[in-house]
Amino acid sequence: MTARAQIRWLDDARRLHLNDGPIDLIVEAFGERDEVGAAYRAAATRFVRVLDELCTELVLLRQAKRINGPLPSGAIARRMVAAVSPYCEGTFITPMAAVAGAVAEEILLAMTAGARLSRAYVNNGGDIALHLAPGQHFVVGMVERLDRPSLFGTATLDSEQPARGVATSGWRGRSFSLGIADAVTVLADHAAMADAAATIIANAVDLPGHAGIVRLPAHSLAPDSDLGHRLVTQDVGKLSPAEIAAALEAGVAVAESLLASGLIRSAALHLSGDTRAVGVEKLSMSGRPDSLQMPMWNCIQL
Amino acid sequence: METAEKPANAIRCDACPVLCYINPGRTGACDRYANDNGQLVRIDPHVVLHRAVSRGDSVVPFLDRDREWDGSIVTGPENFVTAIGAGTTYPDYKPAPFIISSSVQGVDMVTVVTEGIFSYCGVKVKIDTDRHLGPETHLVRAQGEPVGHVTTSEYGSQMLSLGGVRHLTGGSRKEGTVTCETLLNLCDRRPVELSIDDGATVIVQAGKPPVVGGVQEERMRVGCGSATIGMFAKQWFGKVDEVVVVDDHITGVLSEHQAGKLLGVPATGIKMKGHRSTPGRYFRVAEPGTEWGGTNIDDPLSILQSFNPKIAWPELRLLMVSTTGEHYAYYELDEALQPVEKELPAALCESVARIKENCEPALCTVLFMGGAGGSLRAGVTENPVRLTHSVRDALTRVTCGGAPVYVWPGGGITFMVDVSRMPEHAFGYVPTPALVAPIEFTLKLTDYATLGGYMDHVRTLDSMMDEKGRRRVAANPDNPWPMAPGKSSRSDPRSDQ
Repeated sequence: MTARAQIRWLDDARRLHLNDGPIDLIVEAFGERDEVGAAYRAAATRFVRVLDELCTELVLLRQAKRINGPLPSGAIARRMVAAVSPYCEGTFITPMAAVAGAVAEEILLAMTAGARLSRAYVNNGGDIALHLAPGQHFVVGMVERLDRPSLFGTATLDSEQPARGVATSGWRGRSFSLGIADAVTVLADHAAMADAAATIIANAVDLPGHAGIVRLPAHSLAPDSDLGHRLVTQDVGKLSPAEIAAALEAGVAVAESLLASGLIRSAALHLSGDTRAVGVEKLSMSGRPDSLQMPMWNCIQL
Repeated sequence: METAEKPANAIRCDACPVLCYINPGRTGACDRYANDNGQLVRIDPHVVLHRAVSRGDSVVPFLDRDREWDGSIVTGPENFVTAIGAGTTYPDYKPAPFIISSSVQGVDMVTVVTEGIFSYCGVKVKIDTDRHLGPETHLVRAQGEPVGHVTTSEYGSQMLSLGGVRHLTGGSRKEGTVTCETLLNLCDRRPVELSIDDGATVIVQAGKPPVVGGVQEERMRVGCGSATIGMFAKQWFGKVDEVVVVDDHITGVLSEHQAGKLLGVPATGIKMKGHRSTPGRYFRVAEPGTEWGGTNIDDPLSILQSFNPKIAWPELRLLMVSTTGEHYAYYELDEALQPVEKELPAALCESVARIKENCEPALCTVLFMGGAGGSLRAGVTENPVRLTHSVRDALTRVTCGGAPVYVWPGGGITFMVDVSRMPEHAFGYVPTPALVAPIEFTLKLTDYATLGGYMDHVRTLDSMMDEKGRRRVAANPDNPWPMAPGKSSRSDPRSDQ
């Protein structure tokens, strides 16, 4: 086995950075000192097997999810499939749409199974799995554009609410998007669910046929993309206020239906400086983030 | 796992099991590896060594996946800003482009980063080959222009000294341009064809085997056949009656060789073809070739005549092996004293394997050598000679693109660096002609103030990392981390691996 996986402290010696191939996690646990240590050990021990596990089933995971289609055997792969299943009847989606959230969830589960923690998070490039003991809360910062992270607001997640997963999707991010949203941030009960839903909503923020949007077949950019020949957004020209509103409304309609079916708890949609929010009544949208910013693009890359 | 058909122009990254196909000009899923004109590279213009993948003390690689992370807490910056792409001070005599502070185990450090323009510079090339490349002091040419000369050879290797100010700026314009291009290509680890007056043509590329006269060298012999007998006689003694080490140059015979005589190996009645030089050493047992020991034979028995029946005996054990250990055969004599091939006894396997193990791959190695001139040093401190003193006193660590350097004793800051330990595309050139090479000076912030540093230009590492246009590359895990605590040394002993 190669010494591929890297596990190290970030500068603050508080957060742990785990890297293996394309997976970058920032992990932080809160609680008694010994418990935190045990949680980190559990995270590291579980982490080193994750990429190999996923890669053994990569071919299957890159195929469109079909009703009653074949199921993978790995725990993370199964969580990915479960997260995208609600969408597969009406639309094209592959389990890869939930890979980041599913990995974050798996590591968080390993940590909370092995230690008693007051709070913990696993941030996988902006897709975050959270643990909150009763009475605890996190303040999450939100960014408008993934390539220019600056906070536009914060949301407080407390243990009374069901959301334990946060995910962000948009064409400026690391993964391809079929839509034109700069960023769609979703809160859902689990990170893999949030990841899949953010993908679906970001794809829906769109202006089909608009001449100012540059789209290219995914496989022309990345030959083994799970999106195959589908056109992915590479640039979005200047849009009129009416166009921005129309695109956002298309996304909001999808977000509201997901909210109604319980697949998400809230969503914030951003396009060209405009924002729509869905299901945010229960969220406090102010205050400074205390420990968690999202997505932690720059942190991860450094 | 199923593998897709390889798309045109894409390359396959094997850095991790995702095995991404990457199109030209794009990155893989990790955003860390890219396809740069068909080459797999770690990305992006100013190089920041990224320590997360180095073997430094803040990294805990899982060498053994069963081993748990020990939970130890370490601190220190995991980024080191190199001078590659930093720009230069020449000829403005202004402070170095980047003077960066960071904290290492509670000590404030500063790294002064600049690219030097080296018109006094060159490369030393070591070519692992026993072949004659050309007479000492003869000119080495590239594209017909003189770019250097053959210097004294070393054990198993030929040495070239290329570049230097006389070829760069002392000759014709064309000579200077070709010299600069040759140095740049060698430093960037690209192949360069060199021809030597009254000698061979050789293709040299750092880290690759040399190609001499169209023939690629494979391995360095551990020694000639005779030397091999000398080295391994004790390991064979008692396990075999006779050993012949087949070699294009000098074939060795154990029982006749001085080393065998000293051990008391009895005569075997073996009779060799070829010309006997001294006892146990034979020239020209066969013609040169690509078979056994660099000869043209594929049946080793073809270099033997019949055993002397007055001396040899049935069941005599004979090992024949080439100087690289790549070819071997074991025989026992029958009643008619004819060799019959048998399986190599286990007791002899080890010695054959050891010959092979001792034949290292033949490589070209390229050391860049340059001196930090006054204007470069003036970019570091208002009083340039103090920088020299600081390096001499081992207060300042010098690195070249983050790689360790050897600093020559004596005056000035003249250093050598193995280009293969530097990040890709670390060198550039100016039309002077001269080479542009990165150089970094790392020292304690307090020492920097003492030597007259530009304290008002010091900026933090964090502020550097927020800027665009930084190219992050993985630190070479074989290099010492440039910011590692500990005494800087004039010639870092860890660099002599």
